[in-house]
Amino acid sequence: MKKYISFFRVRFATGLQYRMAAVTALTTQFFWGLMECLIYKALMESNAVSLPMGYPAIVSYIWLKEAFYALFNTWATDNDLFGMIVDGGISYEFCRPVSVYGMWFARSLGSRVAEAALRCGPVLLCAIILPAPYRIGPPAGLTAFLFFLLTMFLSLMVTVSFCMVVYMLCFFTISPTGWRILFTGAVEFLSGSVIPLPFIPQPYNSIISFLPFASMLNVPLRTYSGDLAGNALIQAVFLQIFWFIVLYLFGYRLCHKAENRIVIQGG
Amino acid sequence: MIVMDNVCKTYKVAKRNAGLKEACRHLFHRETEEIRALTDVSFQIADGEMVGYIGPNGAGKSSTIKILSGILTPDCGTCSVDGRIPWKNRIEHVKQIGVVFGQRSQLWWDIPVNDSFELIKEIYSIPAEQYKHTLDELTELLSLQEILKTPTRQLSLGQRMRCEISASLLHQPKLLFLDEPTIGLDAVSKLAVRDFIKKLNKEHSTTVLLTTHDMQDIEAIAERVILIGKGKVLMDGTLQDMKDLVRLTDDAQSKKNDAAQSRGNDAAQSCMDTDITGKENDNLDQIVAKLYQQLDIL
Repeated sequence: MKKYISFFRVRFATGLQYRMAAVTALTTQFFWGLMECLIYKALMESNAVSLPMGYPAIVSYIWLKEAFYALFNTWATDNDLFGMIVDGGISYEFCRPVSVYGMWFARSLGSRVAEAALRCGPVLLCAIILPAPYRIGPPAGLTAFLFFLLTMFLSLMVTVSFCMVVYMLCFFTISPTGWRILFTGAVEFLSGSVIPLPFIPQPYNSIISFLPFASMLNVPLRTYSGDLAGNALIQAVFLQIFWFIVLYLFGYRLCHKAENRIVIQGG
Repeated sequence: MIVMDNVCKTYKVAKRNAGLKEACRHLFHRETEEIRALTDVSFQIADGEMVGYIGPNGAGKSSTIKILSGILTPDCGTCSVDGRIPWKNRIEHVKQIGVVFGQRSQLWWDIPVNDSFELIKEIYSIPAEQYKHTLDELTELLSLQEILKTPTRQLSLGQRMRCEISASLLHQPKLLFLDEPTIGLDAVSKLAVRDFIKKLNKEHSTTVLLTTHDMQDIEAIAERVILIGKGKVLMDGTLQDMKDLVRLTDDAQSKKNDAAQSRGNDAAQSCMDTDITGKENDNLDQIVAKLYQQLDIL
């Protein structure tokens, strides 16, 4: 366990190494969040549509998404890992007395948590001191808050194990570009990162909500504001656990397969 | 104790001619060629030996190292290192070995070398006491004091290489595989690395398997030389054996040439390999080049 924690430490140190990168990312996130708030405000005031979520719920969805962006975005994969797979630097990874899957899982988890820990504070602070309609509200209740923490952890697990599958697939296709393009578009949309999933019309909505992508940021962000509660929440939690196990097993199998057929030529 | 027995390994390599048209054709019709990196490699290395593993480019040196470190699975043959099959008990196996791939980096790019070392300490579960002791020793021998606090990306190649070697030794492995460890080092660093490896072997009786193209590395370090070419072991002996081998074949050749000459043939081509033979201080590179040519393994 200590081994895996130290991966987290290293990623954290890496995150702290570049100050300007952190500052610029923060700025982007703040303005992006504000812009989204304004868009939904405009939508609401045009009265042309009835929104499937209350405006305060949308606002907290947006700010939480921006604050914990690093935890859940599927496209921010670890480029070093792709690099290692492509150029053979992975030789060294296989010379470590730990399982490759475990090591990379810890590494991805570490970089996500480290990055989120660096960024969530300032973004949340801004979101709290903003004027009324754009301000993030308190959680819907203590239960909602506890469930928010639980589902956030679970969705992080689902996201990381999903990314692990992507890394492992790269062992088989060599070039990661194809997979990454596919996932930037599709998964972003299906996970509710572009627009919250309730905005997607039926019957697509009910199909999408069973996909693994809906078990990512969609669940905790809606739990916080109470948009997702009761039986629907319980179902979502079980679905998260289910998808985590499935993705984990799939990624683990792929890793095992990759280990046996790995080819590293030259040098 | 390392035992390699009739190990072979084949790679599939994609091949096509240059040009856009060829590239398009290749999209639908893949042509691959099987390259036999190792056809039949057998040797044994006892504990505490220092062995130089040489051969021309593409002979299969790195492949052998990768098989021994459990990264690659050979297609046939058996291989055991201290009774372990490297690719089957990978995790158990790699605890006992240290590997340096001269052309790759195991240090984390963005953070100071010290942090990378700390991480390696955790990965190998090195006790704090032992870690400190080893690190002090390595720092002194490879003069790392100044560079430990620098991020890896800001190190020069030679500095980085010294750190790479240290990183592979932090867990005090009994076996050390070095794949071109002196690549890009300046004369001082080279000497330091060589001395260091010798000292390591002497004090900890570490078994060292070293591949390199720098024959002086071999001369300085290796008591025994294994020569491979086209995936086969061609010679296994001391450096002197290797020199003798060149001399013997050379003698045979010059006799043949003499005979040819006496028959009145023009043997101008024999001029190119005039006497490297008789001299005591032969240039090692020339000897090896000659050996590769004679054995026809280029």
